Amino acid sequence: MTVSLFDSMTPLLASAIGAAIPLLLAALGELIAERAGVLNLGLEGMMLMGALISFMTVTQGGPLWLAVVLGMAAGTLCALLFGVVTLSFMANQVTTGLSMTILGAGMSAVLGKGYSGIAAADSFNPMPIPLLCDLPILGPSLFSLNFLGYLSIALLIGVSWFLNQSNAGLSLKAVGESPVVAHSLGLHVTRIRYLAVLFGGCMSGLAGSYYSVAQFKMWQDNLTSGNGWIALALVVFATWRPSRAALGALLFGGVSALGLYFQAIDVHVSTFALASLPYIATVLVLVVLSSNQENIKRHAPAWLGKTYYDES
Amino acid sequence: MKFSKFKTVMLGVAAAALLGQAAVAAEPIKAAFVYFGTPGDGGWTFAHDLGVKQVKKELGASVQTTIVEDVPESADAERVIRDLAAKGNQYIFTTSFGYMEQTLKVAKTFPKVEFYHNTGFKSAANVHTYNSRMYEPAYLAGIIAGKMTKSNTLGYVASFPIPEVLRNINAYTMGARSVNPEVKTKVVWVSSWYDPAKERQAAETLIGQGADMLMQNTDSTATLQTAAEKGVYAFGWNSDMSAVAPKAHLASVTQVWGPYYVSTLKAAIDGKPFKDNVWGGLKEGMNGLVSLNNSLPASLKKDVEAKKAEIASGKFKVFSGPLKLQDGSLKLAAGQALTDKDIDSINFYVEGVEGQLPK
Repeated sequence: MTVSLFDSMTPLLASAIGAAIPLLLAALGELIAERAGVLNLGLEGMMLMGALISFMTVTQGGPLWLAVVLGMAAGTLCALLFGVVTLSFMANQVTTGLSMTILGAGMSAVLGKGYSGIAAADSFNPMPIPLLCDLPILGPSLFSLNFLGYLSIALLIGVSWFLNQSNAGLSLKAVGESPVVAHSLGLHVTRIRYLAVLFGGCMSGLAGSYYSVAQFKMWQDNLTSGNGWIALALVVFATWRPSRAALGALLFGGVSALGLYFQAIDVHVSTFALASLPYIATVLVLVVLSSNQENIKRHAPAWLGKTYYDES
Repeated sequence: MKFSKFKTVMLGVAAAALLGQAAVAAEPIKAAFVYFGTPGDGGWTFAHDLGVKQVKKELGASVQTTIVEDVPESADAERVIRDLAAKGNQYIFTTSFGYMEQTLKVAKTFPKVEFYHNTGFKSAANVHTYNSRMYEPAYLAGIIAGKMTKSNTLGYVASFPIPEVLRNINAYTMGARSVNPEVKTKVVWVSSWYDPAKERQAAETLIGQGADMLMQNTDSTATLQTAAEKGVYAFGWNSDMSAVAPKAHLASVTQVWGPYYVSTLKAAIDGKPFKDNVWGGLKEGMNGLVSLNNSLPASLKKDVEAKKAEIASGKFKVFSGPLKLQDGSLKLAAGQALTDKDIDSINFYVEGVEGQLPK
């Protein structure tokens, strides 16, 4: 029995979407933080902590909803630490973010010692939408997601609306463009930045939960394997716009699924090259994007990564 | 008063000396084991740990064992092995292929320590290798897969294209084709011994391409878990993995290190350290095919048992002719068999394996 190319596309698309969801979640969170002018490079660390805490929760017999809530809380807590250091103590955001990555990776490895290798006691399973799931190609991929998958689509719509339609979104963008002006308009710059950073951490934690209790259904050291960095690159790739982040996430998800897919349909490329495809794609995209400095400058929050000294 | 105090002290010293002597006489030998993962992997390291547990049970206080878990196959391994030797361990077992060079390097500076390296192909005066012919039970698993498959497509989640792995892929495919010549094996390489996340993606990819019998040459239970979720069948590898997914699990190809560890350390206690390179299989009981699924037809189980007996007795050799290469050309004519040296350096796919061999 042979599988036609058409049939074999469906699982490829399904795994591309599966890989795209956590990238999108983390990228949406980081996008909000960066729109407020805060660059948090600690995505990877926050995701790992979220993944571990969620996994621990289900292993200890906790329900799935609690696992997700605690995973988000873990990410938020990491972000709070980042916020205190960078927003209250005015430390450099880049170094603090890097430390957060190292801290999260190390701490999750130590705390997760006894949890690696065992299967998740409970996990999110696909919830096909009746009728729609019977559509060819899109049915089994887009309309058979698990709960977190649908949630990510809702969050994408929510974040887009927030940024483009709401007053609060306008305030957030004002803080990212010019905290001085925002302050003179009566906005609480530091408070808004805190909220944006905490939201970013919460979304990273959620992305981590997705890895440990929905996609891989297990814990291992460095479970997110660099995807935090890809999500970070996605924000630049998307030029700080949510819809483009979704597109980028799909593209990167597709590239990472493609490596194994090529092997299975017997396209001969070095397996090591295939395994590094997502990272090569990241570098390429960043190089291409930064060659157009105008485009980046036009869309990047003007105050991104800069410390703001609140004088009030 | 003074005198008696002196006497007490002297007695104390004498007693201590005596006790010390006694302690020397009963001093246990010191053996150390370097693990690639943790026993929690449920696979490779778990199997080694079972062996060490057997040592503790059978040799008790006469062996003092030290275990170091999660040692990367990098310069870190050399540091760990050197540290163990420096701490007075006389027998050091390094339980992963990637410790080969590090073990040899440390062995040079500790000529009085005996090193036992698992699955390597280089030895020295004080470095001895031990390995298991996993391709024998892999062939038996192939027979089951060949009989049970409905799509005639088998899937193999593979780690690195080295002879050890290639011969297992070949044996699995040959076993399947011995009962069902229509069978094809698809292989996906994950470039890692232990990466459950990647193993899961590879398994999903293979299932997406129509594979309904999965085998793996990686260390975790991820492939089996994925098979269970997607409603196809899979085998356990290295350890008995039946408990992970009782329905999807057809059988487990296991490593059995206990008897080797016990006999090696027993020889050491007797003062005649074991210095041979060992490559054992079904015959020596260094591996096995266990926990066959109850739903398998009785006649199939009987066939597998019969083949197992033939391999153990030496009547049947897995890599014997007629053996065709992937392109259909004849590698071995009927009546011929590969030598151990050939088997140890296999760098080809047999007929039925799909895809090009990664270089």
